[in-house]
Amino acid sequence: MTTPVVRKPRSTWTPAQIALTLVAAALSLVWLAPLAWALSTSLKTPTESVLSPHWIPDDLTAESWRAVLDAGNIPNWFVNSLVVSVCVTFLVLLVASLAGYGFARTEFRGKPVLLALTMAGLMFSPAVLGVPLFTTVQSLGMVDTYWGMILPQCAPAAMVYILYKFFQSLPKELEEAAFIDGAGRWRIFFTIVLPLSKPSLSAVGIFTFIASWNNFLWPYMVTNNPDLMTLPNGIATVQNSFGIVWPQLMAGGLIAGLPLIVVFVFFQSQIVRGVAHTGLAGQ
Amino acid sequence: MSTLVQAGALPSRTAAATDSARARWGRRFQHGGWFVAPFFVLYGLFVIVPVVRGLYLSFTDANISGEHTAFVGLDNYREALKDDLVRDSLWHSVQFTLYVVPVIVVTALLMALIAHHTVHFRWLWRLCFFAPFLLPSAVVGNLWWWLFQPTNGMVNHVLGWDTPWLTQKSTAMLAIVVATLWWTVGFSFLLYLAALQNIPRHLYEAAELDGAGSLQRLLHITVPNLRNITGLVLALQVLASLQVFDQAVVMYQFGPGPEESTRTFVQYTLEQGFTSYRVGYASAISLILFLIIAAVALGRMWLLRDREEAATR
Repeated sequence: MTTPVVRKPRSTWTPAQIALTLVAAALSLVWLAPLAWALSTSLKTPTESVLSPHWIPDDLTAESWRAVLDAGNIPNWFVNSLVVSVCVTFLVLLVASLAGYGFARTEFRGKPVLLALTMAGLMFSPAVLGVPLFTTVQSLGMVDTYWGMILPQCAPAAMVYILYKFFQSLPKELEEAAFIDGAGRWRIFFTIVLPLSKPSLSAVGIFTFIASWNNFLWPYMVTNNPDLMTLPNGIATVQNSFGIVWPQLMAGGLIAGLPLIVVFVFFQSQIVRGVAHTGLAGQ
Repeated sequence: MSTLVQAGALPSRTAAATDSARARWGRRFQHGGWFVAPFFVLYGLFVIVPVVRGLYLSFTDANISGEHTAFVGLDNYREALKDDLVRDSLWHSVQFTLYVVPVIVVTALLMALIAHHTVHFRWLWRLCFFAPFLLPSAVVGNLWWWLFQPTNGMVNHVLGWDTPWLTQKSTAMLAIVVATLWWTVGFSFLLYLAALQNIPRHLYEAAELDGAGSLQRLLHITVPNLRNITGLVLALQVLASLQVFDQAVVMYQFGPGPEESTRTFVQYTLEQGFTSYRVGYASAISLILFLIIAAVALGRMWLLRDREEAATR
């Protein structure tokens, strides 16, 4: 900080920095290579894709992208994914922030028991609960419905726990002042607490959206109907059953994967903070 | 009734509050229970009920239709203990965990150290290392299925080999490990990066004044300060890896892999439940996985409590 401005250009490109940057660049290339290969494959003709492997397509063609988009399934699955992920994110934010606030700021009989039950829920996942969860959803008549896909993803104990910890760390003074002025808990929650919680809420929201957009296991269990499938499980089950056309498979994969990557490029710092925040809360 | 007493952390209302019908209506919902109620409706329906139901089903011979269910006592558990596929698939999941967890922890730490200490293009390294994490598992599975093709896949092309990665037993699990490393390391990388940024700078400055070299600073400041986060990354990775399913089944087209060497435990429970329609048996073996996961989670809590006690002593 006290370094004179003149020294700055010399001090940033030290030999150590050059070496580190080269290592970072090499590692980044390795990490990008699979995506580059997918893009290259998707721009080849089906025949060229299975000839001897090479990076640059001989005749560049968007034929596979067009085929995938025209087949109708993928745009349809895209919309399904969007509907499911947006609903899940909205419901999780609402339900988890209410519960987190209830646990952090109110006292009522049975609270310790409910809190312990929530904590126990951190150990259950759809992978462990899969079969009985399916029969439960089946008896509610929700198999092959949007609700059946959405609602079981909306009871995340982990998110309640993260927000509970966050609300506990908020100073109480503002809420107390509003309470003395006669505001009820709900008014306080929506007009004071929630606006103060934007970083935490966006972390939970972003994380929930990513998890839900990429969720494969649950939609795979709960629906066989190609019209209701989300992008990940449509791609894995229906698209593969048509017979393998590698360029189309890669084009479909990129269409499913790119939206979140583009979003990441624009909201990088928020997402990084969000992941760090939700992850670190478990520490 | 006692709604006014429930104010809890907040001072109770002053008598100045108007006693209009609306205020009385509003006061009825001041009880903290109303805040947690929406969550518990969903949590009850989709976590508690399935847990209880799974426990009940594990003592029955229930099939997927739910009709003609008979109580069979401990038969499912007795069968599970003798079932070779339970043992094999459990071993595959454990094997996967043993391979993938150390590799991910070390790679994530190295990536974080590189991204943290590089002055230039930090956002670019962050983007490259994290981007794969944003892909759906099905896309990752398809992608690596393609990359590992023996004659026209990228891996053999780059390495100049002709290994049949996905069709021989010795490399089948390794392929899943590589794909998983590439896909999920970004998450642990970000956790490490955040932890590195949280280490107070003055520690490094003081060490530098004392004449500590960069290796000494790494060993005596960075590494000890990363102990907590390493514990967290390890725990999250172990729990996630034991439940491996998505990428493994997509890479092997929902099959068991060469010589049945990649069928994971979750895959076997779902095969029992949804292919053989043996819901009772599937519930019983799911419970085995739950017990293992609970043991890991509780073990970590126990370790943490030990450490907290040590810290306060």
